[in-house]
Amino acid sequence: MELNGAQIVVQSLKDEGVEYIFGYPGGAVLHLYDAIFQQDDVKHILVRHEQGATHAADGYARATGKPGVVLVTSGPGATNAVTGIATAYMDSIPMVVISGQVPSPVIGSDAFQEVDMVGITRPCVKHNFLVKDVTKLAETIKKAFYVATTGRPGPVVVDVPKDITDPRIKVPYKYPKKVTIRSYNPAVTGHKGQIKKAVDLLLTAQKPIIYSGGGVILGEASKELTEFAHTLGFPVTNTLMGLGAYPATDKQFVGMLGMHGTYEANMAMHDSDVIIAIGARFDDRVTGKLDEFCPHAQIIHIDVDPASISKTVKVAIPIVGEVKPVLEQMLEMIRESKKKPSKKALESWWKQIDEWRAVKCMEYDRNSRLIKPQYVIEQLYEVTKGEAYVTSDVGQHQMWAAQYYPFDKPRHWINSGGLGTMGFGLPAAIGVKLAFPDSEVACVTGDGSIQMCIQELSTALQYNAPVKIINLNNSYLGMVRQWQEFTYESRYSHSYMDAIPDFVKLAEAYGHVGMRIDKPEEVRPALEEAFAMKDRTVFLDILTDRTENVYPMIEAGKAHNDMTLRVADGTSTDRELA
Amino acid sequence: MRHIISILIENESGALSRVAGLFSARGYNIESLTVAPTEDASLSRMTLVTRGSDDIIEQITKQLNKLIDVVKLIDLAESDHIERELMMVKIKTSEHTREEIRGIAAIFRGKIIDVTPTTYVVEMTGPSSKLDAFIAAIDSDTIIEVVRSGPTGISRGEKGLHL
Repeated sequence: MELNGAQIVVQSLKDEGVEYIFGYPGGAVLHLYDAIFQQDDVKHILVRHEQGATHAADGYARATGKPGVVLVTSGPGATNAVTGIATAYMDSIPMVVISGQVPSPVIGSDAFQEVDMVGITRPCVKHNFLVKDVTKLAETIKKAFYVATTGRPGPVVVDVPKDITDPRIKVPYKYPKKVTIRSYNPAVTGHKGQIKKAVDLLLTAQKPIIYSGGGVILGEASKELTEFAHTLGFPVTNTLMGLGAYPATDKQFVGMLGMHGTYEANMAMHDSDVIIAIGARFDDRVTGKLDEFCPHAQIIHIDVDPASISKTVKVAIPIVGEVKPVLEQMLEMIRESKKKPSKKALESWWKQIDEWRAVKCMEYDRNSRLIKPQYVIEQLYEVTKGEAYVTSDVGQHQMWAAQYYPFDKPRHWINSGGLGTMGFGLPAAIGVKLAFPDSEVACVTGDGSIQMCIQELSTALQYNAPVKIINLNNSYLGMVRQWQEFTYESRYSHSYMDAIPDFVKLAEAYGHVGMRIDKPEEVRPALEEAFAMKDRTVFLDILTDRTENVYPMIEAGKAHNDMTLRVADGTSTDRELA
Repeated sequence: MRHIISILIENESGALSRVAGLFSARGYNIESLTVAPTEDASLSRMTLVTRGSDDIIEQITKQLNKLIDVVKLIDLAESDHIERELMMVKIKTSEHTREEIRGIAAIFRGKIIDVTPTTYVVEMTGPSSKLDAFIAAIDSDTIIEVVRSGPTGISRGEKGLHL
């Protein structure tokens, strides 16, 4: 089969099994768009801004486990995509971004819409390619998918100069079934000796804890993790990225850990003697003050990326491998071992944990006459029966969604954890909805974040992706305001928004349904009404208590056992319960 | 501690910038960097001298290995190795200093490879410390220019860095 470069790109995507491309046309990709026009197998979703394309592809990837695919033009199209690429990179999301480039002969001449995309994205991609020869195009695309989806996943950029897609130049096409890259051989199974050592340590632990992260979700190992935890009877805490990897309603789950984690999770981490970190990377929002991180613990760390191990926290037993096979190997050894976890030790450990749980760190004022954001999330959980895909933007609302919507299944909590990208939620929700049109998709957002990619409301209409937008509107950049309250003596520098649009009218202008809710008793009926409108995007503008803060909190530079908790009157306290 | 990391890397455009970019992005220091093709046209060999604690060096080697273009690497400082650097020094000469400079160069096994009525160019190879010592032995006011290649190295014995 002889194809031109543009057809090769489209045919390669088809052969790769790609369902959707999220993109935006422009000069350097016109040949490609012409090839897209002439087929129906790969569906193109026209976003309204290239950042939206990357987030939508990212949401699609997080929900499905399949790589998200993006197509943008050169220059500004490419640079607009960079935020979304960096977002995917920080959270290890598989993504292939095809960017147009000016024709090869003019590269380097500051041509119209020229930017060094390979150079710009180098620090925020797993790998990138500049295609120089049309005969290598199919193989390069295959390599891009291979690198993006294997090992520790991540985004890969393929920069394609316009002449490479010239319709007049046809070459033989064959999409390789398999590619190998001599310098890239990610580990799969773990080292047996290390696993043995880890199992021995686990079985002698007195105060153990399982600390698991997004790697469990990326590695499709939720089932194994759950079995592992149940076999050992150990408490489990998840990172922000790991929520859903272990069922949040399970009695062994002690909640999220870290800056806005639960009191019990952070205290258990601090007091533990053995930690097994599974697909988690000891992020600074998790560890708090490094010098005082888990002072009594010996740490086992399973990660597919050796560079993640002992990067910030030194570990005793590193295990490099994919989480799923390593957990399977461990489970087998545990079952075969004559030693069992000490029942007595675990009983007293759980007793201690239950005492921490009794502090009820997540309580808030339920009698308030103002709408409490936590209440909205709890109601969202009930109305959606805990089964919705929930995307979020970044800020207070993100933390409340993470804290008050217990996720029992992986891939249902979709947020920008590492980069913390405002504007992520809405396009991501569209990507999820396209992947799962029969599932409920809610975007929990705030009045600041939603305005960063609000133009994608138009995309949701065009491609019939009806999502529910839960806008926790407090007229503040709430998380910024909270930090200013805590550490800058309430000098609210530019965290106040005094020209907020009428979101109801805005939603209507985009062809959607808008609803404003300003009383607590209206929240539940409004949510029910919104979710009953199956084929409509509904924008719920919910006016919440403007001064509400996210608790509990480990303030910057403090340790796990030095949490700030809410006091009964709803204000914060620095009292240490430790 | 000082480490010499020897890297086999794909001979492709952009490979060097990936390594250099990694060091600047993560705040690692590069004391010197040399790169040249190898007997296998698809590979380049890079020698990178850096300094850092054991933890930092461990991260550097892991992060380098993570780059798709990096095929293989070793930290030469971990075992017995030979290190060489090439230097050329242009020195201002006068009738009564020429002999002295020739003498010092001879002691350091340097060669005079260019002569003009007023200058010498001395070529010298050796470990970096030897080159430093030569520079220190010459009156600094007479040095016009110093060009150094940066160290490169190879391990002793049978083992080698290859595919």
